[in-house]
Amino acid sequence: MIDVSRAGMAGLLLAVVATATSGAASAQANFAGVWSATYAEDWPDRIPGPELGDYAGLPLNDANRMRAQSWSASILSLPHYQCRVHPSDYANSFADIRMWEEIDTDTQELIAIRIQHFAWNTVRTIWMDGRPHPPEFAEHTSMGFSTGEWVGRTLKVTTTHLKEGWLRRNGVARSDRATVTEHFIRHGNHLTWSVFVQDPLYLEEPFFRNRDYTLSETGRIGAYPCESVIEVLLPEGYFPHYLPGQNEFLIEYAVNHAIPFEAAMGGAETMYPEYVDELEQLPPPSAE
Amino acid sequence: MMKRQTAGAVLSVAFAAALGAASAGAQQNFDDVAVQTLQVRDDIYMLVGAGGNITVQTGGDGVLMVDTQYAPLSDRILAAIGELSDEPIRYIVNTHHHGDHTGGNANLRLAGATVAGGNMLGAITDSGVGAQIVAHENVLFRLSSATGDQAVSSDGWPTTTFFGDKKQLFFNGEGIEVIHLPAAHTDGDSIVFFRRSDVISAGDVFNTTIYPVIDMQAGGTVQGIIGALDKIVDLIVPVYGQDGGTLVIPGHGRLSNLGDVLNFREMVIVIRDRVQHMIDEGMSLEQVKAAQPSRDYDPRYGASGGFWTTEDFIEAVYRSLSEQE
Repeated sequence: MIDVSRAGMAGLLLAVVATATSGAASAQANFAGVWSATYAEDWPDRIPGPELGDYAGLPLNDANRMRAQSWSASILSLPHYQCRVHPSDYANSFADIRMWEEIDTDTQELIAIRIQHFAWNTVRTIWMDGRPHPPEFAEHTSMGFSTGEWVGRTLKVTTTHLKEGWLRRNGVARSDRATVTEHFIRHGNHLTWSVFVQDPLYLEEPFFRNRDYTLSETGRIGAYPCESVIEVLLPEGYFPHYLPGQNEFLIEYAVNHAIPFEAAMGGAETMYPEYVDELEQLPPPSAE
Repeated sequence: MMKRQTAGAVLSVAFAAALGAASAGAQQNFDDVAVQTLQVRDDIYMLVGAGGNITVQTGGDGVLMVDTQYAPLSDRILAAIGELSDEPIRYIVNTHHHGDHTGGNANLRLAGATVAGGNMLGAITDSGVGAQIVAHENVLFRLSSATGDQAVSSDGWPTTTFFGDKKQLFFNGEGIEVIHLPAAHTDGDSIVFFRRSDVISAGDVFNTTIYPVIDMQAGGTVQGIIGALDKIVDLIVPVYGQDGGTLVIPGHGRLSNLGDVLNFREMVIVIRDRVQHMIDEGMSLEQVKAAQPSRDYDPRYGASGGFWTTEDFIEAVYRSLSEQE
């Protein structure tokens, strides 16, 4: 009798453990809620915005550097560019986000995790149901196509099908051939979101960016309406850009911060601490 | 002048081998090519195989398709269309004359049927044979004037041509505009705008794979490419964020939206402006090529081999602009 009871208890415990384990396999951390961005890291680059000619610390290659040097901020006066949303690998630099789960209410399986960025109010979907990525010839979007998996309690996300975007909003490009890997890590009421960009066309090495959030008690994010308007009448076939060697603003960042121009132009080596030694060997910037 | 003609002739040979000739398709091996289908909107599909993308519209009136890829793929294309509709092919629209877009014209036309005849069918017994092929008249001129190895069977020639800005159709409950874009990829380019479905089939004035091919021998110019892209941008109404809204099926590459067309247009304009500046500075073609005015876009669109290299593109831009002056 006692043995039977013990056996029954053991069976019940096993069932409870199995149920709990099953639930954990479906969602091993819950990110639902509004998360407030903390700006201790990279503030000047994020909210005031990057300065013209500041590519320092970015592993961009020569082709990307040329694109950046040709970029003119006047494109923001063009109607089609006024409401362009930040791509999903850049949008986490701004303001708060809302995350929620899409659950199959019958099976309790996690179908997807969705994120809404306050910046531009874009919404992205991270598919958790094992579906494959679409064929290469399917539409590419600003948010891309994302699938997620659990690595312990960390959510690992792989994103493809991104339209061409930017690594920094001063002309540094990220191509549509990039693959982005993200990790969402929750520590109590704190969230760390890391972004790892591999771009075989425009980066010498992968680019890595971290952002941090705290869980919001108020749980609100604001609306972000945007309407394009014609600000300047321009001829057909016009697009603002600088011809090679004619961008007079490129030197400003280097001069204002007393950084060698070569360092301001970025490249993989400028990401590493050892580059400090090289900085000392470089000539100071000159506005001449 | 002679130099320009020589360069044009070189480009022409490249096109004949890669795009322009119906026989070019016969020389390729298509054994491993699978025709894949992507649903774009409720009744609009994109077929991807070898050659230019095909657009298929289905409905109760029948099937309308834009472009036909290569002849050896026709059975696979018909099988893919058969998965989408039991109705016959009624219309084929050609975006231009190159063989990678028209090589299957004859096979697919003869597999279809024109709505014709009615109570006169007994008197006009062949009136319903084959689908109609709709194209700008310059497509007919080019396909019908090809001779020798380049000759195209008359079964593959357009049966309904137009000149001027556009031709309109109403088919499967939808207004369809075939809009001519002068002197762009060739002199016979059209885009096809499905107004209810909100989809544009762009042909080769827009692609997502390589620099725009400018067939100068067939009347193409870089200014025309930019004009064509301007027209597509004008037609597009994007949703907020520019993902979705009007969708664009490119001549080659992936399904696109406004952002993709803007990026491509931006690239062409930037390179055009750089080459124009170099021409204004008195630089020769060889000097311009050596200066690599497209090197920031080369990783994305450039090629050092194949039928359309980066140098071919720069040369076409240079010659387009030089001939304009």
